[in-house]
Amino acid sequence: MSLSQELNARAMALGVPLSVHLDLTYRCNERCVHCYLDHDDHGEMTTAEIKGVLDQLAEAGVFYLVFSGGEIFMRRDLFELIEYARSLMFCVKLKTNACMIDAPKADRLASLHLDCVQVSVYSHRPEVHDAITKLPHSLERSITGIRLLRARDIKVILANVLMQQNVADHDGVRALARELSAEYTVDPTVTPKMNGDRSTIQFGIGNNELVQLFSNSELTSDMKELCSKPSAIDDAVLDETPCSAGHTSCYVSPYGDVYPCVQFPLPTGNLRKQRFLDIWRHSSGMNEVRSIRLRDLTTCSTCTHVGNCTRCPGLAYMEGDMRGASSADCQKSIARAGIGNGEQSDESARISPPLLAGGLIQIRQNRLSPPSDKQDGSAVGAVS
Amino acid sequence: MNPIYIARAPEVAARMLGDEMMIMSARTSELFSLNATASAIWQAADGRTPLADIVEGTLCAGYEVTTEEALRDAVELVQNLSAHGILQISDQPIAESTP
Repeated sequence: MSLSQELNARAMALGVPLSVHLDLTYRCNERCVHCYLDHDDHGEMTTAEIKGVLDQLAEAGVFYLVFSGGEIFMRRDLFELIEYARSLMFCVKLKTNACMIDAPKADRLASLHLDCVQVSVYSHRPEVHDAITKLPHSLERSITGIRLLRARDIKVILANVLMQQNVADHDGVRALARELSAEYTVDPTVTPKMNGDRSTIQFGIGNNELVQLFSNSELTSDMKELCSKPSAIDDAVLDETPCSAGHTSCYVSPYGDVYPCVQFPLPTGNLRKQRFLDIWRHSSGMNEVRSIRLRDLTTCSTCTHVGNCTRCPGLAYMEGDMRGASSADCQKSIARAGIGNGEQSDESARISPPLLAGGLIQIRQNRLSPPSDKQDGSAVGAVS
Repeated sequence: MNPIYIARAPEVAARMLGDEMMIMSARTSELFSLNATASAIWQAADGRTPLADIVEGTLCAGYEVTTEEALRDAVELVQNLSAHGILQISDQPIAESTP
């Protein structure tokens, strides 16, 4: 078990929300065809309100903080909020399209010692990328912003959501990432809108493309583990929790709504009316999510893939039942393992390196990627 | 021995988890975990209090250890943390710098 996994396990045992994804706004300068948000301002939290939320999150033990949107640079107080978050010692990740980043903004970001900046890039071809974002010259502007960040040694991750429009472009985006000295991650998941509208699902890639992605060793970082045949199902597997949503992570909307995850819009409370820790510890919604084990899943508990599936409870919730199946993840499990329900393989070995010997003063370290702020674990997951 | 002053580096993120301190270096993306005693030294690293005084107040008070032993361990710790770029060390007081 790595140090980050160990800390996650400890956070789980202590009931600490280690990671929070905070959307600062739903307003955006792009209009991506697959976006799950509306882009109107229905009464965003003020600067003072968000600072108050950050105080509460720090008090609750939150370490990893994602500022996302919408487009975060649409908020005029963005730097004030980042500076405040860093003064509270959060490990801050930004998600942006980078179109609004100029040299002075990049200078300020560099001074704030961020963990990383994740930028959505759909294609290396402007005509494809811009057709998805519906913002002319958006690829050119994003690349300009990325170059400004990289010139200041800010870690940048290119996030490549794959859809029918751009499924063939992952090699091009990976090459672009290499050219920009950026990392790369790919995700074949298109989600329904938060209001339940499922029209965005039409953009998702088909099963054949999914199989090709999962069988591409350059895209799938740990094929042996991710694409192994399903292991035997026993009580230990059935006692596992579905994902970290509501256990060590949650989501806060621009309006103060708290959900288990950005993809899991189960209302659990609002920070304009309640304290964060009261919602986190005592809301019936959070506690219901926490009570669910794999054995409680109505369909999945008897599925061959239950032990290896990246089933997203949020997507299942949006399909009508948080204990039900997420059809997108059923498709991915079958595509990854290459088999349907009913076949099994030998359980793969797990190696746990010994911890360093202890003394009065101990320091342990590892190099890591912070836990994904998207808790379904659905990304194919590769870096270059 | 000259006094040693220590201050947390501005490029780190840190949070207590139980009785251990998690620290992330934004420069290297390395994650560290300090045990309770090391955490106490880290939290007292204000750039103004000499390390010997920190050790006296945090380690010697709570553990059966001599000041010399504790200070030796503490110096080793702060040098280790400094080598990883997550703690600043100086023989002069260090001005507070916010991230």
